[in-house]
Amino acid sequence: MYALVDCNNFYASCERVFNPSLRNVPICILSNNDGCVISRSDEAKKLGIPMGVPAFQVDKLFKNHQVKIFSANFILYGDLSHRVMNIVKRYSSQVEIYSIDEAFLNLKGLKNINLEEHCLSMRNYIFKGVGIPVSIGIAPTQTLAKAANLIAKKYSVQTKSVYLMDTPEKIEKALKWLNIEDIWGIGRRLNKRFSTMGIRKAWDLVNMPDTFIRKEMGIIGIRMINELKGIPQLELSPPSKKKTIATTRTFDIMTEDLAPLKERVTTFAVKCSERLRKQQSCCNYITVFLHTNFFRGDHTQYHPSYTITLPNPHNSAIELSKYAQKALDVIYKKGYLYKKAGVIVSGLIPEQTRQISLFDEDNYMKHAPLMETIDKINKKLHCDKIKLASQDIKRTWKMKQNLLSQHYSTNINQIIRVKI
Amino acid sequence: MKSGSIHKNKTLEIFSFEITHKKQISFVDDGVKAGFPSPASDFPMQKIDLNEELVRDPETTFLARVNGDSMKDLRIFDGDLIIVDKALEPQNGNIAVCFIDGDFTLKRLKIVKEKGLIREIILLPENKEYKPIYVTPENDFIIWGILTYNIIKFI
Repeated sequence: MYALVDCNNFYASCERVFNPSLRNVPICILSNNDGCVISRSDEAKKLGIPMGVPAFQVDKLFKNHQVKIFSANFILYGDLSHRVMNIVKRYSSQVEIYSIDEAFLNLKGLKNINLEEHCLSMRNYIFKGVGIPVSIGIAPTQTLAKAANLIAKKYSVQTKSVYLMDTPEKIEKALKWLNIEDIWGIGRRLNKRFSTMGIRKAWDLVNMPDTFIRKEMGIIGIRMINELKGIPQLELSPPSKKKTIATTRTFDIMTEDLAPLKERVTTFAVKCSERLRKQQSCCNYITVFLHTNFFRGDHTQYHPSYTITLPNPHNSAIELSKYAQKALDVIYKKGYLYKKAGVIVSGLIPEQTRQISLFDEDNYMKHAPLMETIDKINKKLHCDKIKLASQDIKRTWKMKQNLLSQHYSTNINQIIRVKI
Repeated sequence: MKSGSIHKNKTLEIFSFEITHKKQISFVDDGVKAGFPSPASDFPMQKIDLNEELVRDPETTFLARVNGDSMKDLRIFDGDLIIVDKALEPQNGNIAVCFIDGDFTLKRLKIVKEKGLIREIILLPENKEYKPIYVTPENDFIIWGILTYNIIKFI
């Protein structure tokens, strides 16, 4: 049996831990630079605030319903996620942390244990000890655990947020209830296609002939159907390394000039290089893109991108920023107001298996010790003390985070104040 | 090696194992000498880990700073750093961080029970100049965590 532990409205719940007066109040969390809504409490969902909507478009709703809005406080969310996951790991020796707020548990080893009771006590300890409400679905496969989790969440009063789906009758009932789009792994495109064919529930899909499934979804589809029938096809996998890494930002003021863009793109390339080194990868390609402001119909729009193939796979900040600037030079045009820029590195390979070009100079070995030292210093000082000269030294482009809550659980100067 | 309970009910408790650090064999740097050996070499070095001593469960432990003097008879003073465990079940007589009507406050809990049901919660100060707070259903109230240690700064 597998269990899926999922934190309810995770970011909003994190804000509530240290500010309990936010209970039962609509909350929205905004993305980097306070651009879009990235998390909503149930109360905010009920007001009809969609996921991902640009904040200014729902300004009126925010005001009319006194929605509490926050800038994303990833330091706080990261710490609380870590605490939750560490508790989850006490309840099974096989845990796959799937995202910041989700984890799969393999419960195979727990024989002669009441799994429902086991998961209820996990839920209660997490809620009591960290203050984060979670829902837990338990089922014979991961895909069904995902469905059981939806049931636990939707019917939280009846299930106490823990739902065990352990009999063929329960599975059948769940599949007849589960909408196609809520099956784990069904994308928007497939959902659209299936609903035009009248396939609306998971039960409909499970009863389609294998040939149909194979034709529409390939071998992945066959696996999905087996998972829905309760035959495990997936194994918990260790977290895989990222295949691409991107650093992109929306600016709070639009810019026309090359100089500030150059600085931004350099900084993004440096950030990408840091993340490459952290997972011990090198990249083969670097892409730079620019966006003008989509929401300004009165402006001429331009959103170019350019990809450069590196002569040698790399993760040095110096090297990546050099090519990022080259790519920027290719796409930059005067006369546009730029609102967003980004750097994406792809074609990632492990550091150890770099294949070096015979004809180009490779300075990887030269840069590697320097990068290691910079990483160490920056990590120790908890800030980017060491930068390239082409980066912003004065930090004029600080992220817009006007509504940031405190780092209650990680910074001794920002811990909660208790009146006595 | 650290052991943690992964499942507990009335009759059974199951533990999981996690190897947190390598077992090290202490090396006694005495050399091989003739003569009297160091008497200290029989006592392998141990260090005190304050985390281990003060923190029951690191995942449920939080720090807070107190302001005010309502707990001074308990030697909890303005500006002290307190260690709070959120997971502990509140018991009558515990010192607890409570959230009441928009503020966190630290008080001694008096939980009055009748036939196993909570009839009344009173927050007691430890300073005669303050009055007890009687929690009513009208209050927005939760017991947020239990005080486990207080750290007073002397210098």
